[in-house]
Amino acid sequence: MKIIGGDGMSVEVLLVEDSPGDVRLTQEAFSEANKSIHLHVAADGVEAIAFLRHEGVHARAPRPDLILLDLNLPKMDGREVLAHIKEDADLKLIPTVILTTSDAEVDIVKSYQLQANCYLTKPVQLDAFEALVKSINDFWLTKVKLPQHTRA
Amino acid sequence: MKSIDGNYVPKEVLLVEDSPGDVRLTMEAFRDANAPIHLHVVSDGVEAMEFLKKGGDRASAPRPDLILLDLNLPRMDGREVLAQIKADPILRMIPTIILTTSEAEADIAKSYQLQASCYLSKPGQLGAFESLMKSISEFWLQSATLPPQRSIT
Repeated sequence: MKIIGGDGMSVEVLLVEDSPGDVRLTQEAFSEANKSIHLHVAADGVEAIAFLRHEGVHARAPRPDLILLDLNLPKMDGREVLAHIKEDADLKLIPTVILTTSDAEVDIVKSYQLQANCYLTKPVQLDAFEALVKSINDFWLTKVKLPQHTRA
Repeated sequence: MKSIDGNYVPKEVLLVEDSPGDVRLTMEAFRDANAPIHLHVVSDGVEAMEFLKKGGDRASAPRPDLILLDLNLPRMDGREVLAQIKADPILRMIPTIILTTSEAEADIAKSYQLQASCYLSKPGQLGAFESLMKSISEFWLQSATLPPQRSIT
């Protein structure tokens, strides 16, 4: 579990992503766009759930304001993580955005059926990927009204 | 902006809004957007559900790719519309964005609880309103991957 940057009144973002390269790109694009993002990274579905449920080493984990969720993950895949989130009366309020290389119709349909807030297909080109992360920041972290919650 | 089969297909957007001024601003903002959009407007919650239930007939009431939903509406308010959309196994897949003057925490929490995709407060100033509509268009109609029409029809 990595925590990257952020201080003061931060926005907590949980990135569930197993590719270290994509983690790095996402972290860099976010920190260029928004200095108050506190980015948490879980590299598999089991870690993501433990973080969200404040289990074990994540007992004091902050509640994310936004979850970015890859689908293809080790140990527990993103589809299952999404189902867990949306079945939980409390966690389901956190906007959960699928961010994946898959453009398979079955994945898109399943994600929206499970009530993912949004589905984003990761572009292959670097500059397009960076632009996408910036647009995630612009829309979800500066325009959208996120649900409030008490912070520890 | 391509649909799943590679063609440039206009996006169908349903705006549920009773303020004619806000309807006009939204139409203008979307007209300037960098993508073909068919904007359908209904002005109360009952009309919204009629439009959505009829859907599938592209000529009269195509299924929207995106729904923009005000909360304070005559006849049936947006909270009830959202609940009804989310109770329907097909309609619930369509991203539904709350777009309202209300900034009440209770409305925000309830909307997310009901699984609205996101909640946006309408700005008072014209420039900020136009900028918001542009952001919606860019994010949802260009960046995001929406459910294929055949899955929601």
